[in-house]
Amino acid sequence: MSESLVQVRGLTKIYKRGSERLTVLDNLDLDVARGDFVALMGPSGSGKTTLLNLIGGIDRPDSGSVQVGDRSIDQLSDRALAHWRSAHVGFVFQMFNLLPVLSAERNVELPLLLTGMSGSERRRRARTALSLVGLEDRASHKPAQLSGGQEQRVGIARAIVTDPELLLCDEPTGDLDRKSGDEILELLVALNESQGKTIIMVTHDPHAAERAKRTVHLDKGRLSMEAAA
Amino acid sequence: MKYLQLVWASLARKKTRTLLTAGSILIAFLMFGLLSALEKAFTAGVDIAGVDRLVTIHKVSLIQLLPRAYYNRIRAIEGVREVTHATWFGGYYKEPKNFIPTFPVDAETYLKIYPEYEMPPEQRTAFMEDRTGAAIGHVLADRYGWQVGDRVPIRSEIFRQADGSDTWEVTVRAIYRPKDDQGDPTAFMMHYDFFNESLPDGARDTAGWYVIQVEDPDRSAEVAQAIDDRFANSAAETKTSTEKAFAAGFAKQVGDIGAIVTAIVTAVFFTMLLVTANTMGQSVRERTNELAVLKTLGFTNTSVTVLVLLEALAITLVGGVIGLGLAWFIIFAGGDALRQFLPVFYLPWQDIAAGGALMLAFGLIAGALPAGQALRLRIADALRRGG
Ligand SMILES: Nc1ncnc2c1ncn2[C@@H]1O[C@H](COP(=O)(O)OP(=O)(O)O)[C@@H](O)[C@H]1O
Ligand SMILES: [Mg+2]
Repeated sequence: MSESLVQVRGLTKIYKRGSERLTVLDNLDLDVARGDFVALMGPSGSGKTTLLNLIGGIDRPDSGSVQVGDRSIDQLSDRALAHWRSAHVGFVFQMFNLLPVLSAERNVELPLLLTGMSGSERRRRARTALSLVGLEDRASHKPAQLSGGQEQRVGIARAIVTDPELLLCDEPTGDLDRKSGDEILELLVALNESQGKTIIMVTHDPHAAERAKRTVHLDKGRLSMEAAA
Repeated sequence: MKYLQLVWASLARKKTRTLLTAGSILIAFLMFGLLSALEKAFTAGVDIAGVDRLVTIHKVSLIQLLPRAYYNRIRAIEGVREVTHATWFGGYYKEPKNFIPTFPVDAETYLKIYPEYEMPPEQRTAFMEDRTGAAIGHVLADRYGWQVGDRVPIRSEIFRQADGSDTWEVTVRAIYRPKDDQGDPTAFMMHYDFFNESLPDGARDTAGWYVIQVEDPDRSAEVAQAIDDRFANSAAETKTSTEKAFAAGFAKQVGDIGAIVTAIVTAVFFTMLLVTANTMGQSVRERTNELAVLKTLGFTNTSVTVLVLLEALAITLVGGVIGLGLAWFIIFAGGDALRQFLPVFYLPWQDIAAGGALMLAFGLIAGALPAGQALRLRIADALRRGG
């Protein structure tokens, strides 16, 4: 097995609701190897999104550490963390989260605005990413003019346009019909296999989890492993 | 600048709302521009009044005339360098709507005391040598197409000649241009002697007001007092003030324009500020999810905040620049008709600059609250709420 890209140690996240304390993640450890494709399963409310957010640096743990590559991201300032995210992780959401006023191409171009690239270079890369997900002919469409499956493919193009090593997908097929969902899974498998992207994918759906290389279960703040079929 | 497309896209999100907001800002700045010009029109006289000039009027009111004999008596008072007088003629050309600010003046002394009324020397001589001559402002000349040598029948709403006629035939002999545009470019000056001699017996030998040039501006208060003392307990008591105070008093007669303008503009701007802040607040609330996505993609808190501020600025600047531009255009193009009543009618550059500063300030204030929300927005919470 190759070295690990993601190293989570002693991760704890506690939500306080009034006087009540809800320990969502309890001293949790996780290793994800470079090139791995992990399905993260668990009952609703078990903390899957919370874990993904912590790995992606859009939330802060109460204790424990998250190391991605050679970076301990829990040590970074908000600003440094933002820069780190823009270069090292791609996020794919259940609800796609595209900006409705921007065309597909402009949506994909968004993360590149943070780089020093010229406009034409940004445009070129956005086109390449769109063609990787098979949507080069929909570049000028607004999200409302696309089907759910197409929207999610734009979402994936946006996630990979900066060429990050790690993709974090939170129920990427949760809002799609079976057929579109399968196409998205196909795409993720391809990105994992041919582009070498490391993927962590939250899913409810055992059928989706089967496409991953392995599955981990989150329950009561702890993980349990099982090998994928 | 690459963020501009994002700003633009956000504004285009709710086109109607953006247009209505920008429209209300446009109206606010249009009013600001027009009212600024109006205020300037009413207070211009105050600004350009000389510091070494006093004006003596009838104690009762400006409308009451003073004996002409006061001329020599004022002249004899210590500290007075030069004296002249003028009279409000109530002039018009053909019809009362063609109002002409006409003054019978003692030309020799008047032009000495008002050196800012510049005219070619040969025209000046021609004016002095023709009893029925007139010296008129260049703007007035342009408006009626009058040239040197033209005969103009000027009519009075106030005075009648001995034969009952209300028309004085004068010849334009000089066209003046106020130095550095400091002064009324629409006045119509005729010779007092010509005017006076044509009046019926009992109506002669009065003057509307006296203008006094003092030897030492620091002592103008004393001189003013000395003049009023000189005529105390006479049939026509006087009130002497500096020209500045006189002009200000004149402006007061049409209401305290400055205060009114300020009150209106403040009310309009306050409303506009609320409208814009509300629009921005709504726009940010609706987009918590989008802003959280931008942050997820790596936009820093600062850049998201700046984005929201730029949006607010874009709305106020677009609305404001068009509004102020429109005001300028209306004053410039349509002002000719108004200039008849308001000789000084233009948008002072100070007010344009103030308008620009106001746009920036309002953009920032209106955007501050929503920008603060955007700054503090926590990604994980916002994404969860947004579904
Ligand atoms: N900001 C928050 N405040 C309080 N409780 C929260 C907050 N965010 C999440 N939770 C709770 O934490 C638990 C885990 O949430 P989440 O990570 O979204 O679970 P999953 O993605 O597995 O459904 C849930 O019970 C949820 O209600
Ligand atoms: Mg979840």
